[in-house]
Amino acid sequence: MESKQPEIRKTVIKLVAVVIGMFGFGFALVPLYDVFCEITGINGKTSDVAATYENVVVDKGRWVNVEFITRTNSGMPWEFKSQTKRVRVNPGEMHQVDFYAHNTSSRDIVGQAVPSVSPGTAAIYLNKTECFCFDQQPLKAGEEVIMPMRFYVDPALPEDITYFTLQYTLYDVTEQAQEIAYNRG
Amino acid sequence: MTTATDELHHDDHHHDHKPSGIMRWLLTTNHKDISSLYLWFAFIMFLVGGAMAMVIRAELFQPGLQIVEPDFFNQMTTVHGLIMVFGAVMPAFTGLANWMVPLMIGAPDMALPRMNNWSFWILPFAFAILLSSLFMEGGGPNFGWTFYAPLSTTYSNDSTALFVFSVHIMGASSIMGAINVIVTILNMRAPGMTLMKMPLFVWTWLITAFLLIAVMPVLAGAVTMVLTDKYFGTSFFDAAGGGDPVMFQHIFWFFGHPEVYIMILPAFGIISQIVPTFSRKKLFGYASMVYATASIALLSFVVWAHHMFTTGMPLFGELFFMIATMLISVPTGVKVFNWVATMWRGAISFEMPMMFSLAFIVLFTIGGLSGLMLAITPVDFQYHDTYFVVAHFHYVLVTGAVFSIMAAAYYWLPKWTGKMYDTTLAQWHFWCSLISVNLLFFPMHFVGLAGMPRRIPDYALQFADFNKWISIGGFAFGLSQLIFLALLIKACRKQGEPVSDQVWEGAEGLEWEVPSPAPYHTFETPPVVK
Ligand SMILES: [Cu+2]
Repeated sequence: MESKQPEIRKTVIKLVAVVIGMFGFGFALVPLYDVFCEITGINGKTSDVAATYENVVVDKGRWVNVEFITRTNSGMPWEFKSQTKRVRVNPGEMHQVDFYAHNTSSRDIVGQAVPSVSPGTAAIYLNKTECFCFDQQPLKAGEEVIMPMRFYVDPALPEDITYFTLQYTLYDVTEQAQEIAYNRG
Repeated sequence: MTTATDELHHDDHHHDHKPSGIMRWLLTTNHKDISSLYLWFAFIMFLVGGAMAMVIRAELFQPGLQIVEPDFFNQMTTVHGLIMVFGAVMPAFTGLANWMVPLMIGAPDMALPRMNNWSFWILPFAFAILLSSLFMEGGGPNFGWTFYAPLSTTYSNDSTALFVFSVHIMGASSIMGAINVIVTILNMRAPGMTLMKMPLFVWTWLITAFLLIAVMPVLAGAVTMVLTDKYFGTSFFDAAGGGDPVMFQHIFWFFGHPEVYIMILPAFGIISQIVPTFSRKKLFGYASMVYATASIALLSFVVWAHHMFTTGMPLFGELFFMIATMLISVPTGVKVFNWVATMWRGAISFEMPMMFSLAFIVLFTIGGLSGLMLAITPVDFQYHDTYFVVAHFHYVLVTGAVFSIMAAAYYWLPKWTGKMYDTTLAQWHFWCSLISVNLLFFPMHFVGLAGMPRRIPDYALQFADFNKWISIGGFAFGLSQLIFLALLIKACRKQGEPVSDQVWEGAEGLEWEVPSPAPYHTFETPPVVK
């Protein structure tokens, strides 16, 4: 049996390497998932950085309906709605939609809106040059705010998509925001 | 065992003198001792998890809330699942591997005996932690054994930390066990025991062990992310912080689907040992069995999202995962075909291992067929999260995995103890289990199709009759296992008729060439396999 020890050692080292590798792979799934979804746009996530509006040709011959839905996460005491329910746009054309938020509670709250597009495949064609969802929104108790969102639909949007919905969910991130401020301070 | 050892190894100078009492078991590095510990631990966990199932079935005996609070009900379904998967089925298979793999390949012991001791002895701690969390203020984990975020992050209580810690320990234990099995099989085979001569139980365990080291680390990653999301401010699964709760399901099921094959491939191996013995024929299609096992294992990595059809996947994804899932039924069908072909024109006798194997083949196939139904995306929208799913996975796990473990216990018990078990008790155990298990799980198909959701402590009135019968089946199945307990205690006290070395007339393989009971040390000089 002693003669087999070196081989056993070798096999064990290889297997331990596999285990460590797979533990790493579990975590690598997180960025992989994001990259995969960003490329394919299948989970309806829109880009979280501002797009630029340069050399965009407006496609006058085509109309796309964009609908806006808002909701607050459970326990979030804000009123949150879109000033416009739906717009009819030409791909490539710039539009602005305003959102209204009102902190109805008696404490200061930091909100974070997270966008989601349905059908998910339309997400990568929605280009936002300005969005309140790029930043956190601190509202004092009772404070109201109008938040603008400027966007255009990429003319490369597939022909079969004529209608899509952009939904914002508003989350209470006061605790996380305080932690970050505390760590920085 | 001691006397047998002394008789057989007069010239054995390095044979260890076992310390007596508890220290023998705490310090043992002998694969047979460790295996017996594993098997008893698994059986105790089976009874503990079963007791929780009794609580669930008692509450569901009638509509309305009678016995437990909904939150405690949820803790019961959660911990029942965790215990049965990680505490009963997996340690039982590891125990069987520990006993049988060295005997079947002609090795003196497992390749890493000290690690073997560790991988068993951390398990009781893991489950002590998990079970103690039930007594914490606020109760134990209540988010289901699948611990979906945000249930396990935002909405869970502080027992989650204990849950995560215990899953880490269970994972470490089964990774160590798997490494040991692979190293043993790859390096310790007797001369002449080529890979394609290995018994199928060894083959299926080799492939299972590779699945284990591939996916248990991913589970460890998933629970770690839950822990940091809950306590350390990360947002892997928190949409407010840029994460995605659906990603939890992807990571979990990347582990979870191969996990179901971890719990069934060794069962395939066991059935492939038993059916030829009692048919007195060679196994039909040995090579195709090996390839079928390997292809099931490979396919298991690309089907995980069939658990997530209702999360709003794109059409292409649903098609892909549906077809890939249905593809698995091909190698599985090959196996069932081969077992039936092995029995074809065999001289079959119906000893207890064979009875459990026959029940396995029929009932596991029913579970496989309902799995095929669940794989069809459009109908899964109806079946998802109903009792139909509960019926499906209990058919594959109880009448599948658990029945195969019982078949294995009856098959090899005489080799372990040297005595035939009490066949009358065995008959009682088999028939009571067979009837009650079907009464327990078969009606679940119907209430599920009619729309009864799973993991719910109360239900609509129209499900009342079926649930009453299901509960009666449940209690009867639970009680039937006490017959098995009585049989095992008698067997361990060495009561019964002595058996020959071969034990069963048609049995072939190295494990039947060592004396019965198998001495403490076997194959210290490797046998030569022709
Ligand atoms: Cu699956």
